[in-house]
Amino acid sequence: MSARTLYDKLWDAHVVHVEPDGTALLYIDRHLVHEVTSPQAFEGLKLGGRKPWRIASVLATPDHNVPTTDRDKGIADPVSRTQVETLDANCHEFGLTEFAMNDARQGIVHVIGPEQGFTQPGMTLVCGDSHTSTHGAFAALAFGIGTSEVEHVLATQCLWQKKSKAMLVKVEGTLGQGVTGKDIVLAVIGRIGTAGGTGYAIEFGGSAIRSLSMEGRMSICNMAIEAGARAGMVAADDKTIDYMRGRPYAPQGAQWDQAVAYWQTLVSDAGAQFDAVVELKAEEIKPQVTWGTSPEMVVPVDGRVPDPAEAPNAVKRGDWERALQYMGLKAHTPIVEIPVDKVFIGSCTNSRIEDLREAAAVAQWALKQRRKVAANVKLAMVVPGSGLVKAQAEAEGLDRVFTAAGFEWRAPGCSMCLAMNADRLEPGERCASTSNRNFEGRQGQGGRTHLVSPAMAAAAAVFGHFVDVRNLS
Amino acid sequence: MRPFVKHDGLVVPLDRANVDTDAIIPKQFLKSIKRTGFGPNAFDEWRYLDRGEPGMDNSKRPLNPEFVLNQPRYQGASVLLARENFGCGSSREHAPWALEDYGFRAIIAPSYADIFYNNCFKNGLLPIVLPAETVDKLFKEAFAAEGYALTVDLAAQTVTTPSGEAFGFEVDAERKHRLMNGLDDIGITLQHVDEIKAYEARRKNETPWLFV
Ligand code: SF4
Repeated sequence: MSARTLYDKLWDAHVVHVEPDGTALLYIDRHLVHEVTSPQAFEGLKLGGRKPWRIASVLATPDHNVPTTDRDKGIADPVSRTQVETLDANCHEFGLTEFAMNDARQGIVHVIGPEQGFTQPGMTLVCGDSHTSTHGAFAALAFGIGTSEVEHVLATQCLWQKKSKAMLVKVEGTLGQGVTGKDIVLAVIGRIGTAGGTGYAIEFGGSAIRSLSMEGRMSICNMAIEAGARAGMVAADDKTIDYMRGRPYAPQGAQWDQAVAYWQTLVSDAGAQFDAVVELKAEEIKPQVTWGTSPEMVVPVDGRVPDPAEAPNAVKRGDWERALQYMGLKAHTPIVEIPVDKVFIGSCTNSRIEDLREAAAVAQWALKQRRKVAANVKLAMVVPGSGLVKAQAEAEGLDRVFTAAGFEWRAPGCSMCLAMNADRLEPGERCASTSNRNFEGRQGQGGRTHLVSPAMAAAAAVFGHFVDVRNLS
Repeated sequence: MRPFVKHDGLVVPLDRANVDTDAIIPKQFLKSIKRTGFGPNAFDEWRYLDRGEPGMDNSKRPLNPEFVLNQPRYQGASVLLARENFGCGSSREHAPWALEDYGFRAIIAPSYADIFYNNCFKNGLLPIVLPAETVDKLFKEAFAAEGYALTVDLAAQTVTTPSGEAFGFEVDAERKHRLMNGLDDIGITLQHVDEIKAYEARRKNETPWLFV
């Protein structure tokens, strides 16, 4: 057989049927469900008199609407509450596993899937959420779907798909101190643009990617969708396998060995052909900060807000002008002179234990310098990705470091990543955020979002403006 | 699903690139557990001057006169003309639900985000891809002529301007078939039940840990 990419292998292993025009019926191994994109799917299922095809393939949790404070008091907003209760009722009715709001294992779907070992190498995994690409870090084919497709997977365990083209994003070399997976992926988006990956499944490879932990790889695959690609993935290696060991849903006993032997084949063959290749040098990547209202509007922290007059074309010039106006920024302003009003550390991009450790290290540094969250920062919040991440961080004492330095320590959920719960920006407020989208109004109407890594966000909280984390020591 | 065969409709030009699904339907409206009624909140933050919340009487809210959808000449538009990468961002199907509920039947743009593109077909909304230069031409014509309408013929795969100029577009044969006949995907898939079961039996044997 000719050399195949990892994407080819994952695809081939899941084809059930192919139509003459190439549209394939693809088998889906795992399905994550949350409260926002599922109610209409369950309703459709009921109206059609149908049942979930394979109950064990589904894991549900509420994450978008849950409050991050006083959770024992329930959800104050009645509309949010209805949505969460609807999920509870649907899971109960169909016998689906749900980590409900007050379960210790509740969290953001894209954090709990891997954490539980529910996400495994070689799988197809879907969720009614675009950041499902996160799970591709495990050499899985994982992508977001719409609500009609949620219903379709529930009813048939399959999806109709057209195969994408394959892109390799290769990052070779050694990352500098203070440069993370988040910075890599922002740099990639800055390079190829938010539509650069449209129509592609992206494999991230090269020595800099292999050097990252699973957390770092998840941050990168998480934002593959911001580059326009539905799926991002990283080949399996020893780190992937080590991460899986002992997780609640991981294979056991003899099946573990069988699984590992299979997982080791989940790499692109030497000589496999990609439709596009993008190469970056790790040494050239600096901590990144977005300045506009699209993730491609990004510059290194030592850069400046760009001038629309220098935009590559008229459409982009218009976009840049509108973005600067919305963001309340002037061209040529050095990034490190931009003050922030709020800081958000969390989201499915950066709320895992390693992310919190990186942010806590900055908070710890601040405490040693007798510094705290700066006076002009109204709120600096840390929202762990799951109940188990929260417990782990507390066991390591990270919560105490954060609170001593003036950060708020919250309960897990999506929180201010999209402000569907009570956590949001007020009009005109500027936020250093570790989330993945800086669209207009994303964190609250009129709110201004700058995407950064966890350490960069923590440092912005301490100084009250952006700073280069590489200079803290 | 409502079948789409041929449609004649007033065009509204939305002259922005990278319009994301947060802009098409802001997140506060995602709290609904229904599939309908999103139309009045399509493009909510651009369309109204106040902050929209679910349950408001939208007919009493102050409109933003600058926003193109609010201009009198575009009332009743059913063809949305847009720029590149339309529908990027969140996978929410509420975006095509809102556009469909507003009254749109077809969208014309140089490119779309994948998930949004896919979701349109499941909701009787036809996303048409035309080259950027053609889209640019249509924008100019739409701005120039009040009452500018286009004829979208899915069977023939053409978009025809008032002057009779026709542009061909591509669409997957399978998607076209389903949209023209208003077919429900689940019903079609369930015709393959035996193949799905055979696949499962084989995979259970090869990769048993996936089925515990
Ligand atoms: S954390 Fe943000 S991006 Fe991730 S699933 Fe929640 S809302 Fe979506």
